[in-house]
Amino acid sequence: MPRNIKSRNNFMSILIDKETRLVVQGITGKEGSFHAAQCVAYGSNVVAGVTPGKGGQDVDGIPVFNTIKEAAENKGANAALIFVPSAFASDAILESATAGLEVVVCITEGIPVKDMLKVISFLKRKRCRLIGPNCPGVISPGRCKAGIMPGQIHKEGSIGVISRSGTLTYEVVNQLTESGLGQSTCIGIGGDPIIGSSFVDILKLFDDDPQTKGVVLIGEIGGNDEEAAAEYIKKDFSKPVLGFVAGLTAPPGKRMGHAGAIISGSSGTAKDKIAAMQKGGIHVVEHLGKLGEEAGEVFS
Amino acid sequence: MKIHEYQAKEIFSKFNIPIPKGSVAHEAKEAAAIAEEIGGSSWAVKAQIHAGGRGKGGGVRVAKTAEEVVTAAKDILGMNLVTHQTGPRGKIVRKILVEEGLSVAQEFYVGITIDRTRQCPVLIASSEGGMGIEELAANYPERIVREWIDVGLGFQGFQARNIAFGLGMDPSLIRPATGIFIELYRLFEAMDCMLVEINPLIETKDKQLLALDAKIDFDDSALFRHKDLLELKDTAEKDPLELKASQHRLNYIRMDGNVGIMVNGAGLAMATMDLIKQAGASPANFLDVGGGATSEMVSKGFEIILGDKNVRGILINIFGGILRCDVLAKGVVEAAGNVKINVPIVVRLDGTNVDEGRNILAESGLDFLVADSMADAAEKVRGILD
Repeated sequence: MPRNIKSRNNFMSILIDKETRLVVQGITGKEGSFHAAQCVAYGSNVVAGVTPGKGGQDVDGIPVFNTIKEAAENKGANAALIFVPSAFASDAILESATAGLEVVVCITEGIPVKDMLKVISFLKRKRCRLIGPNCPGVISPGRCKAGIMPGQIHKEGSIGVISRSGTLTYEVVNQLTESGLGQSTCIGIGGDPIIGSSFVDILKLFDDDPQTKGVVLIGEIGGNDEEAAAEYIKKDFSKPVLGFVAGLTAPPGKRMGHAGAIISGSSGTAKDKIAAMQKGGIHVVEHLGKLGEEAGEVFS
Repeated sequence: MKIHEYQAKEIFSKFNIPIPKGSVAHEAKEAAAIAEEIGGSSWAVKAQIHAGGRGKGGGVRVAKTAEEVVTAAKDILGMNLVTHQTGPRGKIVRKILVEEGLSVAQEFYVGITIDRTRQCPVLIASSEGGMGIEELAANYPERIVREWIDVGLGFQGFQARNIAFGLGMDPSLIRPATGIFIELYRLFEAMDCMLVEINPLIETKDKQLLALDAKIDFDDSALFRHKDLLELKDTAEKDPLELKASQHRLNYIRMDGNVGIMVNGAGLAMATMDLIKQAGASPANFLDVGGGATSEMVSKGFEIILGDKNVRGILINIFGGILRCDVLAKGVVEAAGNVKINVPIVVRLDGTNVDEGRNILAESGLDFLVADSMADAAEKVRGILD
C-alpha cells in the first residue's frame, strides 16, 4: 500500500485533484447519472461511466463502457466513484482495484460485511486506496468532487476534514466556510463497521500534504477508530486537530442509523472517544453549534 | 437481525453442534407435555426474549417435578422481564424453551464476531463460561484465547486445536471440541452472521460437550441472500413504534426523553440528540429520514414521533445539501398540515437555498419556531419546555 498518493500539480490536496480522471460505476442508474452530472457541474473530470451491458451508450455526453478495464484503457481513468447496488458493489470495488485504479470511492450503503471483509483482504495486495463504503465521498474544493456532497458549501483552503458521516460533515464544512476557513480535502470515510480507510490512513496523507495546515476529525460511537487516531496524533501528527464526536446520548446495543454506529457492551462510547481524543492533544468541541467559532481559534 | 435461543439451537443442530433435548412452548400446558416427552428428573424452563441476562432477571428456572415445570412456565410466560440488556422498559415473555436438566462439570465461553480493528472474524473462547464476554475480559483476561480468521482461507484445523488446548480441555474432549469450533465458523460464514455465541458450552459429568445457550445475530445487509431467515423474525420483540418506522423505511429508535427529533442523516441525528441533552432536556428518539427526505416521509415521521406520548416538543433539524431547503420546507409544511400536531415544533434549516426555505416556513401560517443555527435551536428547545 502506498503511504501517499500525491497530486501532481502545484495545488496540493490529497487523493483527488485536477488531474483525477474519474470513472463512475453504475452511471446509468438514477443515483449514478444524477451525481455524475453534479460532479461534472462542479468541475470534476468525469472521463467515463461503466454499466455492464450498456457499453457504447452515453450519459450526458459521458461515454459508457461495459467494463472498468475498457474505461481505463480507452479513457485513462485513474479513480472510480461507485453507485452500484449493495449486492454487486463489492464486485465493482474489486474490478476497479484489479484494473489498477489508485483511488476507489464507494458511496453504496448496505454492503454485506462478509463481502467487505473479502475486499479488504484482497486490497492489502493492491496499490489502491478505498474510501467508504457508505460514505458521501471525497472533495478537494475548487479542483475535484468525487461524491454526493453539495459542492457550493465548500471553499478552497487549508483545513482537512475527515468524518464517518454525511450531513453532519456538511454541517461542519458549512460552519468552517462561514468562519472563513477553507478546506484542502474533505473525506467521508463511511459509516460501516468495515471500511477501506481509517482515520489514521487519511491523517497520514494529510500529514504529508503541505497545503493542509490543520485537520477537523468528526467521529461517532462504535468501534475504536477515534481512539487509534488519537494515539497516532499524539505520537506522530504534526498539525493541530479539532475533534467532535456524535452520540453521547446514544443507548448501548442499538445501531444508530449507520451500521457501524453501535455501542457494544461498554465499548465504543462517545465519552471514551472524547477522553481519548483529549488525551491525544485534540481540541474537542462539545457544542456542535460552536464548532466554526472554536475552529477559528484553534487554526488561527 | 437477532433470533431466539430456540431458533439458534435449531440452526446449531443443522451444523452438527450438540444441543440439549428440548422444545419451545407458548403455554404452561404445552411445557408440561414437553417435559414429559423429554423425560428425566429435572428440566430447565427458559424465557425466550432477544436479550441477555435472563437468569439474573428471573427468566430461567430449574424444575424437579412436572408440577414445578408448570409453575415455572406460568410464572415466566407473560412476565415483563427486565435485564441489563432490555433497558428499563423490559420485554414481555411470550415463549419459553423447556429443556432436559444436565449435570454440568465445566462451563466454557465460545463466540465468533467481527474484529473491526483487524478487519476479520475472530473466535474468542474462555474456560470461564456463563458470564458475559466483557465481564470475562475484565476479570479473567488471562483465561481468554483468540484466533483471528483469514476470510480467504477460512478457519483452520490448527486454530481449532489452539483454542481447545488453550482452554485446557480434557484430552478426550479435544476432538469433539475442535469439531464444534469448525462447525461454528462454517455457520458464521455461510449464514452471514455478525455474532454467534455459545455461552456456556458445557462439559457434562459424563464428558459430553453441549451448547447450553445459543445466540445468533445476522448481518441485516446480507438478509437478501437468506430469504428463509426472514421467517425467524419475531416482530413482537420490536418496539411497536420502531416496527412501524421500519415498515416505512424510516430509521427510528425510541428513547426515554420528551423531545422528539427528525433529522436528515444519522450522524447529524446523533449530534442533534446530544444537543437536546445539552439544552437541559432529553431526546425521545433517534430519527433519520435520510438524505432525500420527502413530504411523505416527513408525515410518517411526525406520526411515529407523536405515537410516543412522552413527547412534549419536536426539533426538526435539516441540513439541505443536494436536496434543497425550499423543497424540504415545503415537505414539512405539507406534512404538518396532514398530521394533527399538538406540541410545539422547532425547525432549524441550513444549507442550500436556506432563505427560500425559511420564507416558506414563515409564510405557511403554521406555528413553527424557526431557528437559524444549531445553538439557536438548542435555545428554542429549552424555551418550549420551560
